[in-house]
Amino acid sequence: MSEILVLVEHDGGAAKKVSHELLTLASRHGEPGAVVVGPGADDAGLAADLARFGAARIYTAPDAALVSAIVAPKVAVLAQLMAERSPAAVLIASTAEGKEIAGRLAVRTGSGVITDAVDIDAGLTAVQSVFGGSTVVRSRVTTGTPIVTVRPNATAQQESAGAGEVVAVSVELAATDTAAAVVEHVVQAKGGRPELAEAAIVVSGGRGVGSAEGFDLVERLADALGGAVGASRAATDAGFYPHQYQVGQTGKTVSPQLYIALGISGAIQHRAGMQTSKTIVAVNKDAEAPIFDLADFGVVGDLFAIAPQLTEQVESRKG
Amino acid sequence: MPLTIVACVKQVPDSWAEKRLLDIDSTLDRESADPVLNELDEYAIEEALRIREAQGEDGSEVVVLCMGPERATDTIRKALSMGADRAIHVVDDQLHGSDAVATSAALTRALGTTQWDLAVFGSESTDARMSVVPAMVAERLALPQLTFAQKVEVDTAGRSATVHRQTDDGYDIVSAALPVVISVVEKINEPRYPSFKNIMAAKKKPLETLDVAALGLDPAEVGLAGAWSAVEAFEQRPPRQGGVKITDEGDGATKIADYLVGQKML
Repeated sequence: MSEILVLVEHDGGAAKKVSHELLTLASRHGEPGAVVVGPGADDAGLAADLARFGAARIYTAPDAALVSAIVAPKVAVLAQLMAERSPAAVLIASTAEGKEIAGRLAVRTGSGVITDAVDIDAGLTAVQSVFGGSTVVRSRVTTGTPIVTVRPNATAQQESAGAGEVVAVSVELAATDTAAAVVEHVVQAKGGRPELAEAAIVVSGGRGVGSAEGFDLVERLADALGGAVGASRAATDAGFYPHQYQVGQTGKTVSPQLYIALGISGAIQHRAGMQTSKTIVAVNKDAEAPIFDLADFGVVGDLFAIAPQLTEQVESRKG
Repeated sequence: MPLTIVACVKQVPDSWAEKRLLDIDSTLDRESADPVLNELDEYAIEEALRIREAQGEDGSEVVVLCMGPERATDTIRKALSMGADRAIHVVDDQLHGSDAVATSAALTRALGTTQWDLAVFGSESTDARMSVVPAMVAERLALPQLTFAQKVEVDTAGRSATVHRQTDDGYDIVSAALPVVISVVEKINEPRYPSFKNIMAAKKKPLETLDVAALGLDPAEVGLAGAWSAVEAFEQRPPRQGGVKITDEGDGATKIADYLVGQKML
């Protein structure tokens, strides 16, 4: 069976959920080869975790130089493995950096690239859900090795034991690969919440939340549910919440199990980023708000009354 | 030393309109919605103008680069009316249907026709939403990419640039020597409105056009035929249907909680 390379996202000890999802997808169409780059790549626990989700081989490149610059060093690792292993495809998480890695890798290896796939069918046809889920597109890479980025949360992760043979990889970087040097990582996130794109539950606030302080209500409900916090463009434009949490056409696309929209009218701008959520719950004081046209459960009412009550209910029912 | 900053822009269908693909060749229907300057590129133009203005009156210039059909001239004029100095329009029917790989090839060739120090892109186009072209252009030119910037600082004397690259949990400070390829995120700045004076002036600013031959590209490398990926099929999904809608009478939260329990989400 031909090999499918998966670029693993990890924090030095644990793989992100999206990497489990990509390994699951790779297992369906070939033999998964996990590619792990950066310090901690050779962690034994991480290797065991990747093998549990089907990795037949685990290519480890723990050299710190590979994360001292953005994007290009990971491209160098993948390009070298593509030359050595001739994989049937390369799968990368559809994150901001993942898409950039895919783009550069495509140019470097003379391969076509498809981004934001939600599934991969027989024959390595990539399935995309575009225009806010209104259109489903099937495409194939026709030149080189298919490079496909896959959206987090699009595949149910499934354990299936792989051999997990560890293969150490060393890569000679060209000067241009390390030219965009990372001087410092600055962490601003409030700890403990899942990442927006990966979260199974997202609670978002819109213009109706009214202020930055109002987002406390949104955060409390998200924390009670163990979810991530999102915001509509209206809310980020008004400065209620930081821009990187924006869900919508010009922000992130999310597809969680549960999406709760608080005080969001549901303009097409926003719908484009959340319409493929499995279940949508909306609270808005305007009964005519378009968000109710797609909400599975909608409540016309005051979010400032309902959100705190719901937080209490969630906490008490969780017991 | 004066800087040349290239602002790379795209004309897209209005992002507030519904979009669809054409049955004939599976490309985006660009006729059914008003063509506008990709709103995320307005931040790139504004950032380019701010970098130029920070240099003082030293002859630094902002060049608009746009690949698109004839009517993209409107988008270019808009960028010029914001204050850019001149423009390059890559226009050729043979480019219709180009994928990101081919687009990056054409833009790279066009960038090769002028001396420049910084090429500034928006973080994505609101139609294709791939976010890969800046990285691809950097790869082709073997230049550093300083992408997803929420802050840009240029050290003219030291010939370098430093950006705050937006990440999921904060930002990375990333630095490189010029020339560099930059992309900026929404909200990095507040794009200016064109003044009446600048709108009038924009009509007289130099606009150079380049076709596939002028770029030295093989027509087989671009357009639909030159794409390295192809759409096999697409289908419209019926719009999502709303479900239950109730009015809160003090029990709204309880009813949501009950619903979530029923869905096994709580």
